[in-house]
Amino acid sequence: MPEGLRVGYFPGCTLKTDARDFESSALAVARVLGIEVAELSRWNCCGTVYSLDAVNLMPRLASVHNLIRAEEEGFSEIMTLCSMCYNTLKQTNNLFTSKNNGRAAINDFLCLKPGYSGRVKIYHFLEFLREKIRPEQVKSLVVSPLAGVAVAPYYGCLLLRPKEIAIDDPEKPEILTPILSALGAKVIDFPFNNECCGAYQTAVHQEAVARRAYRIISSAQSEGADMIAVSCPLCHYNLSALQGLVRSTHPGLKAMPIVYFTELMARAMGLDYRTEIGVIPQDVAAAEARLRPSPNDPGREALK
Amino acid sequence: MTRLGVFICHCGKNIARTVNIEALREKAATLPHVVLAKDYLYLCSKPGQTMIADDIREHRLDKVLIAACSPRLHGKTFAQTAQRAGLNPYLLDMANIREHCSWVHIDGAEGTEKAFSIIKGGLGRLLYAEPLEPFQSPVTKRVLVIGGGVAGIQATLDIANSGYEVYLVEKSPSLGGHMAQLGETFPTLDCSSCILTPKMVEVSQNEHVHLLSYSEVTRIEGNIGQFQVTVRLRPRYVDETLCTGCGDCVPTCPVVVSNEFDQGLGARKAVYLPFPQAVPAVYTIDWDACLNTDKLIICENCYKDCEAKAINFLMEPQEKMVEVGAVVLATGYELMPVARIGEYGGDEYEDVIDGLQFERMLSASGPTGGVVRRPSDGRIPQNVVFVQCAGSRDPEHGIPYCSKVCCMYTAKHALLYKHAVPDGQVYVFYIDIRAAGKGHEEFVQKVMSEERILYLRGKVSKIFKSGAKLVVWGADTLSGRQVEIEADLVVLAMAVIPSSGSQKLARTLHIASDLSGFFSEAHPKLRPLESNTDGIFLAGAAQFAKDITDTVSQATGAAGKALSLLANDFIKLEPTISEVEEGICRGCGLCVSICPFGAVKMLPSTRTGAMVAGINPILCKGCGLCTAGCLSGAVTLKGSSFKQIFAQLEEMV
Repeated sequence: MPEGLRVGYFPGCTLKTDARDFESSALAVARVLGIEVAELSRWNCCGTVYSLDAVNLMPRLASVHNLIRAEEEGFSEIMTLCSMCYNTLKQTNNLFTSKNNGRAAINDFLCLKPGYSGRVKIYHFLEFLREKIRPEQVKSLVVSPLAGVAVAPYYGCLLLRPKEIAIDDPEKPEILTPILSALGAKVIDFPFNNECCGAYQTAVHQEAVARRAYRIISSAQSEGADMIAVSCPLCHYNLSALQGLVRSTHPGLKAMPIVYFTELMARAMGLDYRTEIGVIPQDVAAAEARLRPSPNDPGREALK
Repeated sequence: MTRLGVFICHCGKNIARTVNIEALREKAATLPHVVLAKDYLYLCSKPGQTMIADDIREHRLDKVLIAACSPRLHGKTFAQTAQRAGLNPYLLDMANIREHCSWVHIDGAEGTEKAFSIIKGGLGRLLYAEPLEPFQSPVTKRVLVIGGGVAGIQATLDIANSGYEVYLVEKSPSLGGHMAQLGETFPTLDCSSCILTPKMVEVSQNEHVHLLSYSEVTRIEGNIGQFQVTVRLRPRYVDETLCTGCGDCVPTCPVVVSNEFDQGLGARKAVYLPFPQAVPAVYTIDWDACLNTDKLIICENCYKDCEAKAINFLMEPQEKMVEVGAVVLATGYELMPVARIGEYGGDEYEDVIDGLQFERMLSASGPTGGVVRRPSDGRIPQNVVFVQCAGSRDPEHGIPYCSKVCCMYTAKHALLYKHAVPDGQVYVFYIDIRAAGKGHEEFVQKVMSEERILYLRGKVSKIFKSGAKLVVWGADTLSGRQVEIEADLVVLAMAVIPSSGSQKLARTLHIASDLSGFFSEAHPKLRPLESNTDGIFLAGAAQFAKDITDTVSQATGAAGKALSLLANDFIKLEPTISEVEEGICRGCGLCVSICPFGAVKMLPSTRTGAMVAGINPILCKGCGLCTAGCLSGAVTLKGSSFKQIFAQLEEMV
């Protein structure tokens, strides 16, 4: 286990509410991997939905405040679990490190002296795992492999676009493959793995989002997936909570469990991460049913 | 005692409108050493020139300043005037009081004052001018052509048919290039190989041509008129002089590899002829694929079957030195690999192919015998999507330019597919249709209107597999809708990029290439056939993407340029070049790295033997970078010495 692997942690709002199991499973996994995850003592909204307007810097101030706090607390690296938080923080940080940036304007506006440096490195947990942890380390901690379980990794857009902040090839993301393989799962590649889930359209055009969810889920299903692994609370919501709505137009659609990749890691490592609130019961139940080794399950053999 | 003459031009009203010529002449006449100051309406006219020449003789002027336009416009005109009058042309200089003065000033007083200052500076510079003589260099009357596609073939034939020797170096085992792979050509639907192969044969039969196939240029030294070239001849393990081209070696060869001539769609043996009409018609053993190695002979099947005893497993690479006076570069293009576009499957789907692969399918001698078949299952596709600008006009993928030929060949592909599969459905995604050539627009219009082909204006965002079909997502920007098409075959008109070895060759030849890797021409408008190194000419798609018509035109033009060089026994070179004062040079070598033309080299001093900078007078362009860069002030640019420049500045300020 590597010595002194410590990283600042920016949770964001959803991880403390709807996605509590995402956080608890990730923290449990980090602990056994020897990663000290230190939550920022103060943080605010990440800024959500990065503005495409290059001139208007106002929407970025929320992110800047978080970055300044991270630097004040002495973190050179901070990590997020939520893809949205990763995207907004990383893009804002780039304003301070690239040319033609808004650094001077923001520092002036906030009356900061000497101003935020842009030196804090932003990681998504997946990226952190890729750079600091070898898949063999993950594999060595697995106690009940997900043998025989076909998992389709779904990336959505926020980890991959724009490509300046992508944690992987935006057209052909594979960053989850080594982790899921290390857990013993069968990894399913499907063409919709980097398509938009519908994002915040879910607040205003649920039917449109349901149409997207249908295509994503049915594509994964047709490739043989038992469940879809996600890394973003919004993707999780759109793909799981809207399945009822999807079924109103496509009654034949089989239920597809949607799980956070960290839940699968924790489950395979035999860690108890379940929190009391914030779970979406039918999903977890369905996933659990699929994960429970049957007497003939090859996974059971592997455990012996 | 110097006797200076100053001639001031009115240039009609161009100068006289702003500058008070009369006052200027009177003031100029009072300057030191000036024995004559005159003005004239148009100095460049015949009477104007005659007046100058007469005055040079009559007043025994030994240096002359022409205050008129830019020397870029009439420098040569007045140099000739001086020569006619018996004055060394480098003792005549120009003061630019038009572009630098009258055209940019409104106020007459200011303009006149500035014109006077320019004249004073010019005279200061002229005081230290020295007579210079142009020099000569002999011309070797042979040409090297690099690349054996249609551009290289055309240039070779044009030069050889004029009676000069040509060395034609081709990297692959046969002449022909990409044109030999094509089925039919737009817009006339001529059979490509039918019009090309007679030219290939002509090359092989021309007594003036030395064809070096399966070879590469590894080194080039020297300069215009006298290049020394090293060519590496790769061993083909088949003796060219003995091979009869019978093909008896092929059937028993146990190794099957993918056929690059068929763009990977077909197969060939390790011993092979790239295509039936190959020139030279000599077999080659692909040593990387062959079971044998340099150390171990495992298989002798071809050796045993060859009655002519042409197979030789012990063949080694050879080096050949050739001396030529000029070089024509015709290294052509390739297509950007599909692997570089992840959203189109990144080369993972067998039924997503590029334009050249489709050409091979359409070719009667291709892997499918001219029938369009899906690579995955051999079925005849019913729905075919063509994607133009796949990579081109797409800075995201690193290619900002238009590849120029894709609109035309895609229309041709669509037409030929429809003729072969009349009930098939064709979709063409395009950004714009660029059909600017003779008969091109008519061709595309005909395809669009008569062939029931659906042209969709928009880009394709994603291609993925769904069962046995391919799903193509795109935008139709005319109807404002997103389009989803289930296709059996997708043909990508991939961007045209320079051939893979061209950057290495550019370094070998010391020539420049642009950001996209195409060889740079000396001037985009007026010298499109020349590289920035004298004596090296450009032809075909190595300079930029172009169709066969333009390629052949450019090749003939480049051949003409080479021939006009060869028509001289000597070339005359400008003497306004750099010169090193050996006693001052400390041998740091900074100038060697500064020179963009490779004209400076470290050489032992003739007097002391220490390493000092030496200027190759033929390569030097007189740009002055080394003079400005030299820390010791050891380099002088003749015709623009430090003395001259400082005198000019002193007079002006």
